[in-house]
Amino acid sequence: MDSSTTSQANPAGASAPEGAGQMSIRTRDVDLFYGDFQALFGVSVDIKPNIITSLIGPSGCGKTTLLRSFNRINERYGNVTTRGTIEILGKNIYDADVSLPELRKSVGMVFQRPNPLPISIYENIIFGLRSHTPKPELGRRGDLDDIVESALREVQLWEVTKNRLKDRATTLTLEQQQKLCIARLLPLKPQVILMDEPCSALDADGIERVEELISELRERFTIVMVTHNMGQAKRASDECIYMYLGKIIEHAPTAELFLNPREEQTAMYIEGRYG
Amino acid sequence: MAAPRAQHPFTASSHERTKLFREKVARNLMLVAALALIVPVLAIIVYLFYKASPVLSFSYIIDDPGPMGKSGGIWLPLMGTFYLVLTSLFIVAPIGILAGIYLNEYAPDNWLTRAIGMAVTSLAGVPSIVHAMFGVGAFVAFMKMGESLIAAACTIAVMTIPVIVTATREALAAVPMSFREACWNMGATKWQTTRTIVLPNSVSGILTGVILEVSRAAGETAPILFTGAAASVAINTSSLDRKLVPYDLDDKFMALSYHLYMVADKIAGMPEEMKFGVAAVLIALILSINSVSIALRSWLRSRKKW
Repeated sequence: MDSSTTSQANPAGASAPEGAGQMSIRTRDVDLFYGDFQALFGVSVDIKPNIITSLIGPSGCGKTTLLRSFNRINERYGNVTTRGTIEILGKNIYDADVSLPELRKSVGMVFQRPNPLPISIYENIIFGLRSHTPKPELGRRGDLDDIVESALREVQLWEVTKNRLKDRATTLTLEQQQKLCIARLLPLKPQVILMDEPCSALDADGIERVEELISELRERFTIVMVTHNMGQAKRASDECIYMYLGKIIEHAPTAELFLNPREEQTAMYIEGRYG
Repeated sequence: MAAPRAQHPFTASSHERTKLFREKVARNLMLVAALALIVPVLAIIVYLFYKASPVLSFSYIIDDPGPMGKSGGIWLPLMGTFYLVLTSLFIVAPIGILAGIYLNEYAPDNWLTRAIGMAVTSLAGVPSIVHAMFGVGAFVAFMKMGESLIAAACTIAVMTIPVIVTATREALAAVPMSFREACWNMGATKWQTTRTIVLPNSVSGILTGVILEVSRAAGETAPILFTGAAASVAINTSSLDRKLVPYDLDDKFMALSYHLYMVADKIAGMPEEMKFGVAAVLIALILSINSVSIALRSWLRSRKKW
């Protein structure tokens, strides 16, 4: 939790270096097992910074598993074995010297169902900071107020919440809750934001506004999004990765993948012939 | 059934009528069984308090027992049971709750966890008189506590720990997984998650479970029979602090359950109402501890919402 080691671990900093050909996430030959069941087979993929990459494919094909392995949260769900390497910002996250809390601070996640914590809106935003900062260094009330305000402004939630910051986060609408779940990652200055079907619990208006928000955020973060919604993948992402049965079948810019899929299987899936 | 029917197809056939009749019988039978639950409760309470009514008074509560418990009040046994509950709580709550948290939040599914689980289940099945014998051996003799409040409280603690561990686990398991996921994915450790989110949202269930179980156990006679309960104690309660805290941890003590056991059967010429008086106070004490803990639970619950 020492701040100097934090900045060394994240050499890219908040503003990604211009023109650095560096990949944000680079996996090589990743095999992943839940007990004896193999869920990922030799996954090698390069995910670029500052774009939105969608993971698509039929249920059970390993999209969420792959997403969860990017911050090693998989390991909280039981007996998981991972082989191969996953490099984030040039560091293999399976190296022994990787601290999981630090990794997850840099690689945040947004879930399918909005899951604000059962505390106030204000406390939700600074929850991450609280768990990563020793109490004396947490800053004065005024600093925290500023952090909360700027995080909420970034997700266009400030105007509706500024007079009710002490209210429970669970009193917000689903759309607002989901925006809050994105906002609470921001004070941690993450590099990568993982999203597991972030809009599937929302209505059409909510989906539109959250997609807009995600699209704005891409300028500063690497965003990887699992989606079952073909339309969303097409609208909202810059690149798509099509997975099937734990393997990567095709990875291409979105327009190319939808207009000119290289693989027969991809074509069949995006046409809706199975899945 | 091929014959054409004059009736509209929606009117019940004779088979349908039988079905509906059976449905009604089954339902009412189960309702009666459910209603039967309140009969013993009411019967016990009404009968006890009716029989005890001649002695029940404020002075009965706050007076010390007379010779052999044939006269006087029940202050010393009442305080004995109260402090027994309190002491047991202080011993069992930390261990039981911490173990419950470990098992629910941390324990991987391996042989050690399964062994602990089996130990908990087995411990829950041990009869209370066996716990009493264990208490005599472990606390009174081996740990040289002697027959004392602390030895009895330790015995109650061992006896109640399985239920407390189970109650803790259930209360923790009722907190939605999605809260934990949210915390973990921001890099909070399991302990930070437990302390800031999981525990505050399960504390009501945990506390109620702990208090209910300890007060239930403290109403039992067997576990304190050989470990510290006394038929009478020589304590001068004329000073106020001695009146409020009559026992030290290493004193033998009087307790309502044991006092009841003595006055009910062991002493010739015991006035009937003295027996029922003790029973009535014992049940009133336990019911009021229960009500307090249920009130505490609903108060804590009203402060959380998800």
